[in-house]
Amino acid sequence: MNFDLSIPTQLMQALAPDLVLMAGAMVLMLVAAWRPDSEQHQRLVGCGSLGVLVLTLALVIWFGQSNLSSGPGVIAVDGFRFAADALFILAALGAIALGIEYNGRERIWSAESHVLVLFATSGMMIMAAARDLMIVFLGIEMMSIAVYVLAGMNRRSTRSAEGALKYFLLGAFSTGFLLYGIALIYGATGSTNLTTIFEHIKAYQLAHQSMLLVGIGLLLVGFAFKVAAVPFHMWAPDVYEGAPTPITAFMAAAVKAAAFATFLRVWRECFDLLDFAWLMPVWWIAAATMVFGNVAALAQRNVKRMLAYSSIVHSGYLLVAIAAGTFSGSAAFLFYILAYTLATFGAFAVVCVMSRSGERDLEISDYDGLWRVRPGLAVCMGVCMLALLGFPVFGGAGFFAKVYVLAAAEAQTFRHLVPLTVLLVLASVVSAGYYLQVVRVMFMKPRPDGAQEPAATGPLTRMVMVASVVLVLLMGLAPARVIRWAREAQPTPPKALSVTKAP
Amino acid sequence: MNDFLTTLHYNDWILPALLLIPMAGAVAVLLHGRMSPQTSEPNDPSTRTLRRLVFAIFSVEALLSLGLWWSVDTTSTAWQAYFSRPWIPQWGMRIILGIDGVSLLLILLTTLIMPLAVLSGWTSVKEKLHSYFACLLVLTTGMLGVFMSLDLMLFFVMWELMLVPMYLIIGIWGGQRRLYASLKFFIYTMFGSMPMLVAILYLGLRTPDPFNRPSFSYDWILNHAQLTGSATLWLFAAFFIAFAVKVPMWPFHTWLPDAHVEAPTAGSVILASIMLKMGTFGFIRFAVPLFPGAVGYPPVRFFVLTLAVIGIVYGALVAMVQPDFKKLVAYSSVSHMGFVMLGIFAMSVQSVQGALIVNLAHGVSTGALFLLVGMIYERRHSRLIEDYGGIAKVMPVFATILTLVSLSSIGVPGTNGFIGEFLVLVGSFRTQPLFAIVASTAVIFAAAYLLWALQRIIYNPLTKAENKHLPDLNWREIGLLAPLIFAIIWLGIYPAPVLDKTREAATRLVHRVETSSLSTGLGSNAEIH
Repeated sequence: MNFDLSIPTQLMQALAPDLVLMAGAMVLMLVAAWRPDSEQHQRLVGCGSLGVLVLTLALVIWFGQSNLSSGPGVIAVDGFRFAADALFILAALGAIALGIEYNGRERIWSAESHVLVLFATSGMMIMAAARDLMIVFLGIEMMSIAVYVLAGMNRRSTRSAEGALKYFLLGAFSTGFLLYGIALIYGATGSTNLTTIFEHIKAYQLAHQSMLLVGIGLLLVGFAFKVAAVPFHMWAPDVYEGAPTPITAFMAAAVKAAAFATFLRVWRECFDLLDFAWLMPVWWIAAATMVFGNVAALAQRNVKRMLAYSSIVHSGYLLVAIAAGTFSGSAAFLFYILAYTLATFGAFAVVCVMSRSGERDLEISDYDGLWRVRPGLAVCMGVCMLALLGFPVFGGAGFFAKVYVLAAAEAQTFRHLVPLTVLLVLASVVSAGYYLQVVRVMFMKPRPDGAQEPAATGPLTRMVMVASVVLVLLMGLAPARVIRWAREAQPTPPKALSVTKAP
Repeated sequence: MNDFLTTLHYNDWILPALLLIPMAGAVAVLLHGRMSPQTSEPNDPSTRTLRRLVFAIFSVEALLSLGLWWSVDTTSTAWQAYFSRPWIPQWGMRIILGIDGVSLLLILLTTLIMPLAVLSGWTSVKEKLHSYFACLLVLTTGMLGVFMSLDLMLFFVMWELMLVPMYLIIGIWGGQRRLYASLKFFIYTMFGSMPMLVAILYLGLRTPDPFNRPSFSYDWILNHAQLTGSATLWLFAAFFIAFAVKVPMWPFHTWLPDAHVEAPTAGSVILASIMLKMGTFGFIRFAVPLFPGAVGYPPVRFFVLTLAVIGIVYGALVAMVQPDFKKLVAYSSVSHMGFVMLGIFAMSVQSVQGALIVNLAHGVSTGALFLLVGMIYERRHSRLIEDYGGIAKVMPVFATILTLVSLSSIGVPGTNGFIGEFLVLVGSFRTQPLFAIVASTAVIFAAAYLLWALQRIIYNPLTKAENKHLPDLNWREIGLLAPLIFAIIWLGIYPAPVLDKTREAATRLVHRVETSSLSTGLGSNAEIH
C-alpha cells in the first residue's frame, strides 16, 4: 500500500506502530504514578512495558512485511524504518527484562524507569522514520531526554548522578550543533525535507555553497556526539559507567543504533552526491575512533568502562559502513547492529549478574576463574566477547557483521576505502587484547580464595542471555536469512502517488 | 579396495563426514559432561568411559579417512571427493570441499596424529576433561577443514576455527606461563589472518561470477581473477603474513617457542605436527597459485628465500644453546619449516616435492619428539636437559626410541628426514644455488644440537638421584609411538608412493608460476548486495 501522507488518516496509519507504543507508554505512566513505589509495582509496570513492546514489535513486523511505501512527506514508510524499529524494540525488551530484576536488587523502585525506556524507544522510532530534519530533531530530543533521566535513575549513586549530568550538558551542547546545522542547511536549500533538499541541491547546483557545507559539517558533529565517535566521545565512558547496567546496555545498543539509522538516512537521501565534502572528515573520524577507542579500551580495568570504549570502537566500524554509503552500506549497518545488540545484551546481562548490589565487583579481575564456579555465565560472556571481536564460529554473527561492513566498503571502488578496511581489521586485532583479557581471566585463572559466589541468575536475565547467545551462534553458522532481511530493508525514496487525489 | 569404496559412494560423503564427526563428538562429550558428576578422579568409571569414547571417535575418524589413500586419484587434475553446497548465496559463498595429493597426505597425517595426541594425555590431563576433549575435537574439524576447503571464505572460517580451541588448550591446560603464551599465540595468528580476510574479500568482490555476484570459489578465482600488478603484490603480502606467522618464518616465529613449551603435550604435538603445516599448505594451495605473478617476481622470491634460509640457520643455532629440551625441539621446527619454505620458493618440481616430504616428515618426527618429551616430563617434571643424564640405563626403551627419532629429525639416510631435505637441497641447488649452499650447513647444525642433547640426556653418567628410579615406557606409550616409528622407517626406505601422490600437484604448481608474470590487466568489479 502506498500512503498519501498529506491525508491525516493515512499519516496516522503510517505511524501506527509508533502511536501504539506512545499510547501504551502514556497509559503505563499513569499506572506507574497510581501507587507508591514498591518492588511489586515496579515489576508490574515492567511486565506491562514488555507487553506493550511485544505488541509494537508484532505490529512493526507486520508492517515491515506488507510491502508499504509512501508518497512525499515528513516521514518515510519503508523496510529500513521497520527493520530499525524492530532492532530498537529488541534492545528495549532486553533492557526492561534485565531492568526488572536489576532494579529489584538495587532497590530502584521507581516504576517510571521502564516507561521511560518506552518513551526513549518511541523517540528512536520517530528518528528512524524521519524524512524531515525537524522530525529528526524531534525524535532525537524525545529519545535523549528520556535517556538523560534513565542514566541518573539510581539516585543513591553519586556516579550515576555525575554521569547523568555530564550526559545532559554534553547532549544539550551537541543538540546545539545539530540544530544550527539544520538551520544552515535550511538557509542554503530552503527546506528541511530530505527529498526537497536533495532536489534543490541538484536543481540549483548548491554543492559548493559554503553555507550548505558548514551546515553539513555541524550536522556531522551533532551525529558524531550522539554515536560517541572520537573526538566527540568524552561523555561516553563516564555515562556508561555511572548508569544502571541495563540502561548502559540500552544506550550502547539502541541509542547508538537510532543515531546511526538517522545518520544513514540523512546522508543517503540528501548528501550522497556531496561525498567530496564529507568523505574525508568521515574517513578520519572513523579512523580516529577505531584507533583511539581500541587503545583506550586496552587500559581499562573496569568491565563497564571497557565495554563503553568497545562501544566507541564499534561506532568507528559502523562509520566505515556510512562512508561506503551504498546499497550494501545500509544492509551492512542493519546486520551489524543486530549482531552488536545481541552481543552487547549478552555481555551486559552477565555484568548485571556479576555486579552484586551497589554495582560492586565490576573490575575485570572480579571475573577471575568464573568458569570454574559458574560455567554458564562464563560461556555466555566468552561468546559475546568473541562476537564483539568479530571472530568466526565462536563469535558467530560478529564475524559476518564485520565481513559485511568490510565487503560494503571494499565494493565501493570509487571512494578508496580499502586502506580504511585494513585499518579496521588491524584495529580489531588490537581489540583482541581487551576482549580476550576477559575470556582469559574467566577461563584460565583460578578462582581466588574468598571470592564471593556471584548472585543467582534471575529467570528474565537468563532468558536474555540464552536468547542472545543462541541467536549470535545461529547467525554465525547460517546468516543467509538475516542477510536477506537486511538487504530487503532498504531506505527507499518516496514514490509518486499512483492515484491522484480527488479535489 | 577401490571398487569396494566405490560401492559405498565413499567419495561423495567422506569429506563432510570427516568434518562433522568431530563436531558431533564434541557435542556428545559436552553432553556427557553435563550428565555425569564432575570429578578429577582418574580412575572414576565416568572418566574412563569418556576417554574411551573420545578415543573411539578419533579412531573412527582415522579409519574412515584411510580409505582416501585408495579412493583418491592423485594423477587427475580434477578435485577428488568433491563436495559443493550453497552456504550464503547472496555473497557467493559456498561450502566447497575437495582434495588433491597434497591435502590427502596432510589429512591422513592429521587423522593419524589426533588419536595419538589423545593417548598422550591419557593420565596427565586431569582437570576439566570434558572441555579438554571438546577442544581437541573442534580443533580437528578446523584443521581438516583447512585442508579441504575450496572456497576462500570457508577456508578463512576454518582457519580461525582452529584458533580458539588451541588458545584454550594452551591457556587452561598449559604450563607455568600459559597465560602469556596463549595470548601471544592468539594475537600473532590473528594479526596475520586479518589482512588475509581483507584480501579474500577483495579477491571475491573483484572476481564476479557470470551473474555479477561476488564469488569466493577457489577454482573460479584461480581462473578468472584479473589483478593489476600492484594489487597482486599487496594481496600476496596479505596472504604471506598470514601463512608466514603460521609456518612460522623468521622473524614471525617468536610465538612458537612460547606456545610449544607452555602447551600440554597433546597441544605441542598438534601444533608441531599439524598446525605448522597449515602455513606451508597455505602457500602451496593459496598464496602461490593465486598470485604466481608475485611469486615469480624476483625481488619477492629473493625476499622469501632469504627469510627461509635465515630461519633454517637461525633456528638451528638457537636450538643449539637451549637448556630446555622442549624449547630445543621448538626451535628445530623453525629450522625444518625453513626447509619447506626454501623448497616451495625454489620452484623446481623436485624441491616442491621435497618440501612436501619434509612437511610430512617433520610432522611425524617432531610429533614423536614432543611425545617423548611429554613422557619424560610426566615422570620427572623437568624439561631442563641438565636435570637428566645417563637415563639410558634406567629407561632403555625410551632411550632407543629417542635416539631413532632424533636421527630421523637430523635427517640420517634411511629415515624420513633424509629424503625430503635431500630433495629440497638438490632441487633448489638447480634454481637457487646460493640459498641451497647456505641451507645445507643447517644439516650439520641439526646433527650438532640433537646429538649433543641426546648425549646429555641419555648417555652421560647417571649422577642425579632422582633419575635412578624412573620407570621405563609402559605399553600405552610404546603403542602410541609405534605408528610414528613405522612411518619414520617406511618413509625413509620406500618414499615412492608418497612421491607419486604429490608429483602431479607439484608439477602443476611449478608450471603455473613459470608461465605467469605480473600482469597489468584492469580488474572488474562486483558489488555485494
